[in-house]
Amino acid sequence: MASKKQGLSSIGRKAIMALTGFFLMFFLLQHLSINMISIVDGDLFNEVSHFMGTNPLVQFVLQPVLIFSVIFHFAWGMYLEYQNNQAREVKYAMYKGSANASWMSRNMIVSGLAVLAFLALHFYDFWIPEINVKYVQGDMSGMLPGADEFRYYEELVHKFAGQPIRVALYVISFVMLSLHLLHGFQSAFQSVGYNSTKYTPLIKKLGNIFAIAVPAGFVLVALVHFFNH
Amino acid sequence: MNLTLKIWRQKSANDKGKMVDYKVAGISEHMSFLEMMDVLNEQLINSGEEPVSFDHDCREGICGSCSMFINGEAHGPVKGTTTCQLHMRSFNDGDTIYIEPFRAKAFPVIKDLVVNRSSFDRIQHSGGFISVNTSGNTQDANATPIPKHDADLAMDAAACIGCGACVATCKNSSAMLFVGAKVSQYALLPQGQVEAKERAQNMVAQMDAEGFGNCTNTGACEVECPKGISLSNIARMNREFLSGAIK
Repeated sequence: MASKKQGLSSIGRKAIMALTGFFLMFFLLQHLSINMISIVDGDLFNEVSHFMGTNPLVQFVLQPVLIFSVIFHFAWGMYLEYQNNQAREVKYAMYKGSANASWMSRNMIVSGLAVLAFLALHFYDFWIPEINVKYVQGDMSGMLPGADEFRYYEELVHKFAGQPIRVALYVISFVMLSLHLLHGFQSAFQSVGYNSTKYTPLIKKLGNIFAIAVPAGFVLVALVHFFNH
Repeated sequence: MNLTLKIWRQKSANDKGKMVDYKVAGISEHMSFLEMMDVLNEQLINSGEEPVSFDHDCREGICGSCSMFINGEAHGPVKGTTTCQLHMRSFNDGDTIYIEPFRAKAFPVIKDLVVNRSSFDRIQHSGGFISVNTSGNTQDANATPIPKHDADLAMDAAACIGCGACVATCKNSSAMLFVGAKVSQYALLPQGQVEAKERAQNMVAQMDAEGFGNCTNTGACEVECPKGISLSNIARMNREFLSGAIK
């Protein structure tokens, strides 16, 4: 009989990467939709942001699921990379990776760590100040101090207007996210066991569209606020 | 043609091993890669040196015995071929050729280019079989109708010769293409259903215990496989495993 290994199997591990990946891609789409509102209608952006920032369902159900997915996806990704590295103790003197696999698929750890670095900047810019105002200072009003309007749109614009370095970092980060998604989208389907001659070519096409359009959308928002203000 | 060969030499499993340069001259473009290695070995024997050990058996591309990681690719630069079916016409006069063993923790080097692939055998033993009565009362082959499409896919999966090129080429040293093919060839046929649930569980558990890496779906294995085993077999194994796990 096979010696049963304790813990999750290699297939279980990759299924977790895929499922958290699916959730994160869904989150990206949701995040982008709201960001897009900011270039069309500042007031509407304020209202939607206030809803997302104060609605208990979003704050105490979806946000924890998101945090869990983010941590899991990054931590497991790095753990798996370490494990995979251990599976070949002596490296090849000559290894032609480009002969049989795309750069994106071979460097998920590189693009992934770049996105993690971006997330640190993003948390510093938005998430930590937001949590601070709401839950540390206890100001749930969402209002600008000393003014009769919401603060969200102002905060967003201030992060980009006259900030070329931050905008450049955003652009680079989203290029890396795009590279990550170019492999990740279709790879997630394969990992949960979906591969069909009928729909896999379509999934690959949709994956390419998603991987380019979604990061491009985030970049567009940053550029619009940079050039408009 | 004249060639410079950079070959991995390792006296035994415990030896550290290193790349050593050799020169061969007068190689015909019609020679197979293994015949070129034979020329080198005769040269080494004549000069009193230890010949390079390498695996080979049928030399017609079906036994899965020959290995070698040639110029950064399993079985060399030509797709859909084993090393014995690779010919010197794929190289040019004056080329430098890197020749290394298939590398993975689960494929320890025995000597030079020979690696121990018995981890594959242990995976097969853990689930790559069906229970049938072989007492002589052979059932008519057509008594169990099988859709042509399924029979073809099972045959495609069974074409795997277990050479280990998938592991050697995978940046993670994952054996999932091999195990996927071995799971699929039974999963697609009615005869394979009796042990279906345990098969994927046991074979994957053994694969993990052997120390192969995790699949990241780069697809390199499919490209380098001399038998063109499709990545869809890995997806089928994932399905078999995940559905078996929750049954």
